Amino acid sequence: MNIVYRIWNSSLGKKYLMALTGAAMFAFLIGHLVGNLQVFGPPELINEYAHFLKSKPALIWGARLGLLACVGLHIFAAVTLAQLNAAARPQAYAKPGAYAASPASQYMLPTGIVILAFIVYHLAHFTAMLPGVNGLGDFSKLTTTLHGETVPDVYAMMVLGLQVTWVFLFYLIAQALLFMHLSHGLAAMFQSLGFRDHVWWPRIQCFAKGVSLALFLGYSLIAVAIYTRFIGTDYVDRKKYDLKAANAQPVPALVAAQGKEAK
Amino acid sequence: MKVTLKVWRQKNRNTPGGFKTYTSPELNGNMSFLEMLDVVNEELATRGEEPIAFDHDCREGICGTCSLVIDGKPHGPHKGIATCQTYMRSFKDGDEIVVEPFRAKAFPLIKDLVCDRKAFDRIQQAGGFITVRTGAAPDANSIPVPKPDADLAMDAAQCIGCGACVAACKNASAMLFVAAKISHLGLMPQGQPERYKRAKAMVDQMDEEGFGACTVTGSCEAVCPKEISLDFIARMNRDYGVALLKGDPKAVKGGGAG
Repeated sequence: MNIVYRIWNSSLGKKYLMALTGAAMFAFLIGHLVGNLQVFGPPELINEYAHFLKSKPALIWGARLGLLACVGLHIFAAVTLAQLNAAARPQAYAKPGAYAASPASQYMLPTGIVILAFIVYHLAHFTAMLPGVNGLGDFSKLTTTLHGETVPDVYAMMVLGLQVTWVFLFYLIAQALLFMHLSHGLAAMFQSLGFRDHVWWPRIQCFAKGVSLALFLGYSLIAVAIYTRFIGTDYVDRKKYDLKAANAQPVPALVAAQGKEAK
Repeated sequence: MKVTLKVWRQKNRNTPGGFKTYTSPELNGNMSFLEMLDVVNEELATRGEEPIAFDHDCREGICGTCSLVIDGKPHGPHKGIATCQTYMRSFKDGDEIVVEPFRAKAFPLIKDLVCDRKAFDRIQQAGGFITVRTGAAPDANSIPVPKPDADLAMDAAQCIGCGACVAACKNASAMLFVAAKISHLGLMPQGQPERYKRAKAMVDQMDEEGFGACTVTGSCEAVCPKEISLDFIARMNRDYGVALLKGDPKAVKGGGAG
């Protein structure tokens, strides 16, 4: 029988889909973190990096569409498997079981749903830059000059964006749940694809826990460093001054919020 | 000692069931859980009540007939043993013990604590066999088998098909059972001719029976009376994946050499 049909319709096939799309998204998470950690360098570093990515539309749109397909397939597999699993036990036990199962393994769907909500927010926040969702104003008005060119000021956007308390908290919660999701998911990925035996399982579990913790610490470090005003405060203050000096037309909400944060 | 039992009673599949509470007569701590049920049933029978129906056969932990989810765990509180090997000394005097049947769509209830596990037989029939020469038994060592492979195959072959893995799994998945059966044959040279066909056939049948999928929680492994390892599920996933990549064998025109 057709391999595509079997992967699409069998329980094992859907787990392969889940694992492969999960692996692709995991690879993106590493790249994304490495890119974002440049916020610890001078503002020009990450702005230049962002400008470089934006200047390669084929690369960036290829990656975006690929990731979108992965997210779509991951959700498709998750929803259909969840339906299958729910149907497999029509009557629940009186005494809750899940004997010896880790919380992470039992709550993959709920953690996944929160992570999805976070991804949607994150895209609206920093990619689409919808003014309504960041609590400040229009981020697309934040620009800087790089090699004589006017480019988006990603550094200022990140710093201003994550200085907002509720945004910071949502980012932190999402990272914690992502850690939970990955600490189980990364190990289960190997299991679903059949890469496991008595020698490799302890190593795989160690890898899954270690890497998901590293991702959590890496991403949280950015948010915490910004929120605690460890990085970027001087720069965004100067930006504000520059904006005033140039008599530009900053968005009132943005300036108001900056003023509030600065004092 | 005496215990209070909260037991699932259900006349048949089409009648709704519910829990009923019974107080046991005086028990000996060295009675097995099933012997305790025998004693309770004896009393019920003398009172003219319908005894509690439950599955049992060898009572030696090797046949896989006994079931029961005891206080939320299939086969009771201990590790690596079946219900029949669970003794009343594992409980305290005056304990309330909740006893439920294995619950899964693929294991429809027959009565009280008895469920129909024929889905496992159908999975076995789909591919859990090898082709062998009939006649006198061949010499035991005529086919060399590496000792580690033989040991691993024996670990998988220990599966008694009781269904505790399904009962424990939050998804009512039969993966551990199917993986054990696929692995125990697939690890041996004798199982190679049908290895990939078997993986496809048994997984297909498993899906058809309405079992859930694997979330790798490890509950099945933890409750398995034979402590079958989750490693075998990875092995099944691997064999099924290789089978899909290999595709179906070339169709033979005119019946082959036959």
